Amino acid sequence: MADPVITSHHAIAPHTEEGATVEMTIDGRAVVAGAGEFLIAAAERAGVFIPRFCYHPRLRSVGMCRMCLVEVSGPRGATLQPACYVAVAEGMEVVTTSDKVKKAQDGVLEMLLVNHPLDCPVCDKGGECPLQDQVLAYGPGESRFLEEKRHWAKPTPISELVLLDRERCIQCGRCVRFANEVAGEAQIDFLGRGDMVEVNVFEGQAFSSYFSGNTVQICPVGALTASPYRFTARPWDLDQVESTCTLCAFGCRAAVQSSANRITRLLGMDSDPVNQSWLCDKGRFASEAVNAENRLTEPLIRRNDILEPASWGEALELVARRLGELRTAKGASAIAVMGGARLSNEDAYAWAKLAKAVIGTDSVDAQMGDGLPAEVVVALPRATIDEACKARCLVVLAGDLREELPVLFLRVRSAAVDDAVPVVELAPQSGSVTGFATASVAYGPGEAAELVRALATGGAVPATVEPAQWSAAAEALHRAGTDGEGIVVILGRPSVAEDGALVADAAAAMAAAWPAARFLPALRRGNVMGAIDMGLAPGLLPGRVSLDDGRSFFEEQWGSVPAGRGRDAAGILEGLADGTMAAVVMVGADPLSDFPDGTLAGDGIAGADFVVAVDGFLSRSAARADVVLPASIVYERSGTTTNIEGRVSRLSQKLVAPGQCWPDWMIASELAARLGGDLGVESMTEIWDEIEKVATSHTGITRAVLESLSARDGIIAPLAASPVTLSRRLSPEPFDPMATPGIESVEAQGAPPRSGGAEPTSGEGAGHTAVSGHGHQAPRPRSLRWPQPVAAPPLPAPDSYSVRLVSGRRLYDDGVLVGATDALAALVAPATVRAHPHDLEKLGVGAGDPVRVRSARGDIVLDAAIDESLPRGVASIDFNLSADGAVGAAALLIDSREAVVDVRLETP
Amino acid sequence: MTVTDAPKIVTSRLGYDDSHTLERYLATGGYEGLRKALSMTPEDVAKEVDAVSLLGRGGAGFPAGRKWSMLRKAPTSYLVVNGDESEPATFKDHLLIERDPHQLVEGVVIACYALQVTTAFIYIRGEFALGLERVTAAVNDAYGHGAIGRDIFGSGFSIDIVVHPGAGAYICGEETALLESLEGKRGFPRIKPPYFPAAIGLYGEPTVVNNVETLSNLPWVLSNGSAAFTALGEGRSTGTRLFALAGHVKNPGVYEVEMVKTTFRDLIYAPVLGGGIPGGRELKAFIPGGASAPWFGPDQVELPLGQDEVGAAGSMLGSGSVVVMDDSTCVVRAAWRITRFFWRESCGQCTPCREGSGWLEKILRRIEDGEGRESDLELLMDISDNLAPGVSWPPQQTTICVLGSSIPSSIASAIRMFRDEFLLHIKDGSCPQGPAPHG
Repeated sequence: MADPVITSHHAIAPHTEEGATVEMTIDGRAVVAGAGEFLIAAAERAGVFIPRFCYHPRLRSVGMCRMCLVEVSGPRGATLQPACYVAVAEGMEVVTTSDKVKKAQDGVLEMLLVNHPLDCPVCDKGGECPLQDQVLAYGPGESRFLEEKRHWAKPTPISELVLLDRERCIQCGRCVRFANEVAGEAQIDFLGRGDMVEVNVFEGQAFSSYFSGNTVQICPVGALTASPYRFTARPWDLDQVESTCTLCAFGCRAAVQSSANRITRLLGMDSDPVNQSWLCDKGRFASEAVNAENRLTEPLIRRNDILEPASWGEALELVARRLGELRTAKGASAIAVMGGARLSNEDAYAWAKLAKAVIGTDSVDAQMGDGLPAEVVVALPRATIDEACKARCLVVLAGDLREELPVLFLRVRSAAVDDAVPVVELAPQSGSVTGFATASVAYGPGEAAELVRALATGGAVPATVEPAQWSAAAEALHRAGTDGEGIVVILGRPSVAEDGALVADAAAAMAAAWPAARFLPALRRGNVMGAIDMGLAPGLLPGRVSLDDGRSFFEEQWGSVPAGRGRDAAGILEGLADGTMAAVVMVGADPLSDFPDGTLAGDGIAGADFVVAVDGFLSRSAARADVVLPASIVYERSGTTTNIEGRVSRLSQKLVAPGQCWPDWMIASELAARLGGDLGVESMTEIWDEIEKVATSHTGITRAVLESLSARDGIIAPLAASPVTLSRRLSPEPFDPMATPGIESVEAQGAPPRSGGAEPTSGEGAGHTAVSGHGHQAPRPRSLRWPQPVAAPPLPAPDSYSVRLVSGRRLYDDGVLVGATDALAALVAPATVRAHPHDLEKLGVGAGDPVRVRSARGDIVLDAAIDESLPRGVASIDFNLSADGAVGAAALLIDSREAVVDVRLETP
Repeated sequence: MTVTDAPKIVTSRLGYDDSHTLERYLATGGYEGLRKALSMTPEDVAKEVDAVSLLGRGGAGFPAGRKWSMLRKAPTSYLVVNGDESEPATFKDHLLIERDPHQLVEGVVIACYALQVTTAFIYIRGEFALGLERVTAAVNDAYGHGAIGRDIFGSGFSIDIVVHPGAGAYICGEETALLESLEGKRGFPRIKPPYFPAAIGLYGEPTVVNNVETLSNLPWVLSNGSAAFTALGEGRSTGTRLFALAGHVKNPGVYEVEMVKTTFRDLIYAPVLGGGIPGGRELKAFIPGGASAPWFGPDQVELPLGQDEVGAAGSMLGSGSVVVMDDSTCVVRAAWRITRFFWRESCGQCTPCREGSGWLEKILRRIEDGEGRESDLELLMDISDNLAPGVSWPPQQTTICVLGSSIPSSIASAIRMFRDEFLLHIKDGSCPQGPAPHG
C-alpha cells in the first residue's frame, strides 16, 4: 500500500527507511505506514485527515500550532501528541476523534481566534483559508472571548511584493521556516513574546528574497498577502488550470488562475521532480504582464517610417512577398529566423519547419548569443534535476543559479545544505551558490577550460585560485570516482562577456576527464531546450539530430532541408550588418536588448533589408521592424514545453489572447502557405503527433502518454534516458493548489480516499513506446552523441592597462516581461560596475563614485561598487540593466567577435 | 520549631565582603575540592556525585548524577550552566553568582572533569550585571590560577569556560530554549524528542545542563565526601537547599537550610530565618516553589522541605522560591500578577500558551477590576484545562515546554482555595483591597 515514491516527499521526516513499514492502528483501524514517517502523513494517506496549520510536508516539522494533537498510546497511557512531529512506531495506537482530542482541537481553534481580527469579508484568504475552514470543521461554534483583541498597524509592506497583517497572523512560522530553510534567506522571523509575538522583517530591512511569494502561498491565514493579487479577486470566482511556467527553462508546474480573462495569480504546484511546490517571484508575478495595457493586439506595418495597424491578410501578404523576393534575389540563406525560446514545442517545430523546409534557411537560432553551442547542449550526456541533486559531486559552471534558474537554485541549495551533496563552483565571480559550495574556484574570464584541465589532471594551482579552494575542489571531484560516475555538471553561461565556445570547451574538457559524468544544461530562456530539440538552431533538425545525419530522413518527411549549415545569432547579425544576409524574422526575440553585443545587434537590424517581429510586446527591436505580428504568449496558448532536463510538460491555455493575437504555429502555417509551402498541420495536437513521429528524441512520447495522469509532472525525452517518474499527484479530482501540499480544504478532506482514481503505476513508459508504432516509416536518424567538435577561439593575452569584463544575468532586468509587471519593474537595479577595491583604489574611486568603462566598442559611465569577492583585474557589469538612461550598459561594451572583453576603467 | 545546625554548604563564605575574590576563596579552602577530584578518576568523581543524590536545584529536581550518566558518549560534548534565574521571587542563584563565583567555577571544573567535557558555558541572566562582572572576573582569575585552561593544576586535564549573558527572556531558563539562545537563535524551547540535551544538546552535541546551585555544591561534596552530604536531609532529598523567602515575612532573604529536617513553618517563622509575618497578620497562603507551583494554605505549613514530600502534597519545591501571602493579600490580584508574568514571558510558539496566557490575564484583570462574571470562574478553569488537561499535579501538557502547563497553577489554586473571594469581587464589582495599580 505505501508506495515509496509517495512517501518520499516527506523529505523532512526523521530516519525514514526505504521500504520498511510498521503496523499500527488509527481510530481502531489497522494501518501500515512507512517506518519513521510522521504520523500526520501516515494518517492522511490512510484517509484520516488531522487538522493542522504549521505542518508543511516540505518544511521542517516544529509542532508549534498544536492543532494536530491526537491521543497516542505510550508508556504513560494515552497522551496528546503533535501528529506532525511524532514518528509512527510499530504497534502505536492513535485516536484522533476522542473527547480529549476534540477538546484540544476546540481549545486551540478558540485560542487562535482570540486575537484574530475575523475580518474575513475583507481578507484575500477568505474562501480558501485553512483557519476559516478548520474552525468550521473542528472548532467550537462560538467564542467565549469577551476581551479587547491585540492590535497592530495593518497592513505593513515588508517588500514591494508582500504585505504583512500581523493581526491575522497565527504564528505558525511557515513563512519563517520557508525563508530560512528553503530560500536560505532568514529575512522574516519572530519578534516579541507572549501574544505580542509577531513575524516581521528586521528593522530597516525588506523581505527582498526572490522567493517571497511562496510565503504568501503557504500562509494559512491572510497575514501575508501579495500586492499584485491583493483585493483583485475572490478565490471562488477564480478559474484555474495546471500549467508550466516558462519564464525560465526550469519548468515549474503551476496553477494558473484567472478571472474575466485576466491572470489573477500563479500558485506553485507540488511537482516532486521539478519545483516541489515553489515558484520564484518573477514566475509568480510577471504573469501579470499578459494583462498589460501595452500588449500588441493587431498586426503593424511600417508605412512612411511609422508602424501602422494593418489586417492580418495585409501583413502576412507583405511578409511573404518580401521574404519571397529576397529569397529569389539573395538566396534562402539570406533569410534568418532569430528567437524561439518563447514558443511552445509545437510552435517551435512549426517555425523550424517553416524556416528549414519551406524557406530553406538553416540560419535559425533560438539562443541569442548568451547560450552554448546547440550541438554541445544536445549531445552531452544529460542528467535530470533529481540526479543532479543526488550527485556525489555537483559541479556548477553556470550563471548565478538564483538569478537565472531560481527554483533550480532552491533544489541545489537543498541538495547541498540538507543532503550534504558536495558542490564545486567554477565561476568568474561569486554568487548565490558560493555560500554553500564545498569549493568555489574562481577562473579568469575565458579560462574555464584551462582551469578544468588543470583540476582534472592534478595540475598546479593557478595563481588566481585560492589553494584551499583548489584542493577542496580536487578532493570532492576525486571522491566522486575517477571516471566521473558520480559527477553531475550544471553547465550554463557564467558570463555573456566571454565566448560561449570557451565554456563549451570547458565542458569538453570535463567530459574527456570524467567520461561517466553527466550534464544538466543551465540555459535560462523559457523553452530554449524545446526550441533546440525542435530544430531551432543552426545545423540541427528536430529530435536532436544534425543536419547531415537527418538529411535523408527529413527530406522524405519535409520535402527538403537546407543544403548547408547556417549561422547562429551572432553570425546572423553580422550577415545582416555586412549585407550578406537580407531579412530576419524575430520570433519573440529582442536582440537590441537581449543580445550581448548591443552594437552588433543595432548594426544588424539597421543593415537588414526586411525585418519582421513576431511578439507579444513592441520590444525595442520590434519597434524597428517593418512588420510586427502580434502573438499569443504564455498562458494564452496550449501545447508543451521542455525544461533543462528534457522534461516535456503540458501548457494549458487559460486566457483568450487579446485583440487579434495569433498562436505562433498558426502564423508559421499561414506564412508557409503564402510562401507556396504547406506545414501540413492544422492544430497543435497534429503538430505534436508529427513531432512524436519524426523527432528521434521524442519517440514514444505520444499524446496519450503526455495526457495520462501519471505524466502530470511531465515526461523526460528521450523516454529511454530515465525511467518515467510517476507523478505523486494522481488524482483526477479538481486540485487545490493552496492546499497541496499542506492543508486540504475541509471539502477535500471529506472526499473518499484518492486511491480509487490512480492510474496503473508500472511499465507505462516502456509500454507506450511499443504502441506508438508507425510501421512504414524510414528508420529515424540518430540523435547527436558526445563528443562533438568545439571550436574555442584563442584567448588574447591580457594587457596590463585593462581589466576583463564579466557580465552575468539578473532575475529582474530590463526585459519586456519584467517591465510590463508593475510590481517587479520597481525592483530592477541600476547597472553598476563592480570591481575589487584595489582596482578601484588605483583609480582613486570609492563606492558610488562614477567610473568610465571603455572598451573597443564604446564607453559608459557607471557608479562603482566594491566587490571584494572579485579577483583583481576583473570588472563585473550585470547584463541588460541600464543606468541613467543608458540602456543595456554591458551590451554597449561587449564585442561578440572577441573571445573575452577587455575594458579600461577611467575616471570620467 | 527547630532549625538544624547543618553546615553551610554553599553559603559558607557569604559573611565576607570580599567573598567573590580569588584571595578569599583560596583562604577559605577554595579549589581544594577540585584538587581532590583531579586526584581521582573521572568515573569515581561521577560515582561520588551520583551517591549523594544531589537533586537538581533549578526546578525539576532531577538527580544530577543520573543526568550525568545519560550523557551520550561523543567526541564533543558540553556542560552548560543555567544561571538564567528569572522566575518572580526567585533569587537564590543570583546570590551565589554575585557572592561566590569561584565556588561555581570550581563546581563547573569538577563536573567537566567527571564528564570529561572540555568546554563549558556559563549562561547568566542578562540583568545580573554585577553577577556577570564577577563571574567573568572569577573565570579570568581562575585561568590565571591554573584552575581553568590547559593542564589544570598539572593534572593534564584542560577545559575552557565561556561566560554568556542572556538577553532578558524568562523562557531562556528552560534548558532547551537556553541552548537555542546560546547558539545565537531565538529562545524557543525545543520540541521533544529528543527528550534530553544529554543526547542532543548544544550545537547538536551531547550536553549536560546544570543549575548554578547544583554545581556550587560540588566543591563541598568533593572536599567533605559523600557521606557528610548524605548525612544531611532525608530520603532522596539530601544536603541543604537554598530558599529565597519573599512576601509577607519579617526577614525576606536567601536561607540555606537542611532539607526535610526543616519545615515551611521553620522557614517562615523561625527567628533566624523568616521571623514570622509582620504586623501580627495571619498566614493566608504561600507558594512553595516559585510562580509555577500550586499554592499551599496554612494547614500545609508543617510540610517538610523535601522534594518528594512537597510533591506528594500536590506542589513542588521548584525553583527554591517561597512566597508568603498574609491575610491582607488579594488572591485575585496575586493570581493575575503571576499570570501576567507568564503572558509576558510566553515564547509564543504554542497556541495554547501564547493565546491562553493573555486571555487568562485579561479575565483575571477584569475580575480584579470588578467587572467579572460568575461564569468567568468556569471559563478560567476551562482555559486552564486547555493548557494543562485535567489541571492536576503534576500537570499534563498541550504545549512544547512546561511554561504553558505552569500557568494554571496559581489560578487553579486561588480559585480552589478562595472561590468566595473571587465571587466577592464579582458581586461587589470591586476588589475588597481597593483598586489594583495598573501596569
